[in-house]
Amino acid sequence: MDIVHYVNLAIKAIFVENILLAFFLGNCSYIACSKKIDTAIGLGIAVIFVMVICTPACWAVKHFLLAKGALQWVNANLNGVDLSFLIFISFIAIIAAMTQIIEMLIEKFSPALHGALGIFLPLIAVNCAILGAALFMDQRNYNFMESVVFGLGGGIGWALAIIAMAAIRKKLAYSNIPAPLRGLGITMLLSGLMSMGFMCFAGIRL
Amino acid sequence: MGEALLSSKNQKILKDGFWDTNPITFQILGICSALAVTTQLKAAIVMSLGLTFVTAGSNVVISLIRNFIPPQIRIIVQLTVVSALVISIDQLLRAYMFDVSKQLSVFVGLIITNCIVMGRLEAFAMGNPPWKSFLDGLANGAGYSAILILIGIVREILGSGTLLGYHVIPASVYAQGYVNNGMMVLAPGAFFLLGIIVWIQRAISGYKES
Repeated sequence: MDIVHYVNLAIKAIFVENILLAFFLGNCSYIACSKKIDTAIGLGIAVIFVMVICTPACWAVKHFLLAKGALQWVNANLNGVDLSFLIFISFIAIIAAMTQIIEMLIEKFSPALHGALGIFLPLIAVNCAILGAALFMDQRNYNFMESVVFGLGGGIGWALAIIAMAAIRKKLAYSNIPAPLRGLGITMLLSGLMSMGFMCFAGIRL
Repeated sequence: MGEALLSSKNQKILKDGFWDTNPITFQILGICSALAVTTQLKAAIVMSLGLTFVTAGSNVVISLIRNFIPPQIRIIVQLTVVSALVISIDQLLRAYMFDVSKQLSVFVGLIITNCIVMGRLEAFAMGNPPWKSFLDGLANGAGYSAILILIGIVREILGSGTLLGYHVIPASVYAQGYVNNGMMVLAPGAFFLLGIIVWIQRAISGYKES
């Protein structure tokens, strides 16, 4: 478990298995908020922020409360208790609560940042990329450090994709696209091309 | 209510959800799962049934209690109702269809954050009686299912040459040098296909984005 392992994990999360372009997570806000570059950057940073905090938080809850035998530290009799069916509801509650807390903290300590991110933070609670990252963490049995790195990488990958798409759509404003293809249609086709581009990263390891 | 179960107003709710304001092509909701679970038709069908059940069910529940929910905490109430329904679906799938459950992986759980469910709760169930909300959930679920199944069929035939696991492209075609289109199984194929479907649907329905 040296540093190379974590760097590889981060590269995989950012490029090879980009959470947006390979797993399609967070697509709704990606399409809705990629019309302007400023919005895209704000939302991208907010997602990185929330994901890097929520993924390890979910890890901790799963590890100490929900997994089979996790309650052993409370009482040896609870060894056989398996609460893992509660994972969905606890993860979404953690994410909703975390976004609320983060919003309040930012508002208190950095009004400028709050002004920039403010409206995006509540939206993020229902962004499937965050819950998706937490569920992937659960499914792949990451340890604590891995879940931090995966959260960070996943967030950066998502931000990268939405900022790139916002830049492309800005240029597109001047092109003559067939009317029914405008908006959602052309964004999908472009995402397909971007996703093909990101596939070229497959196989990169340090 | 004093009005027929399928009065013309209610029929309009059904038609709107299915075609005029189709959740995927018009409201731009629920795209993540539409792309992710459609490599195989079987997974797409299971996902459609799951989502339709959750949308209709949570619409009814929220509509029943809509007058008792304090507006400040409505999101968390909605999430709790939706999560409860999703957990029951996930447990059922794990018990009876384990292979499909493995294939859908995290996407069953992601029905919770599927914007169709939340979107319909906010936009419709919070202000309409249960039966209408049920129809609305059903119609939106059906509109979503139609797109999902369509993408599922095309991707499975072109990508693996099968339909529901049965080979549909005859061996003689392969003997002529035909190969399966590997891109259809991967992410870009899904993006292209949905883009084209949106294009066609909007060309027919005449909807234009500003």
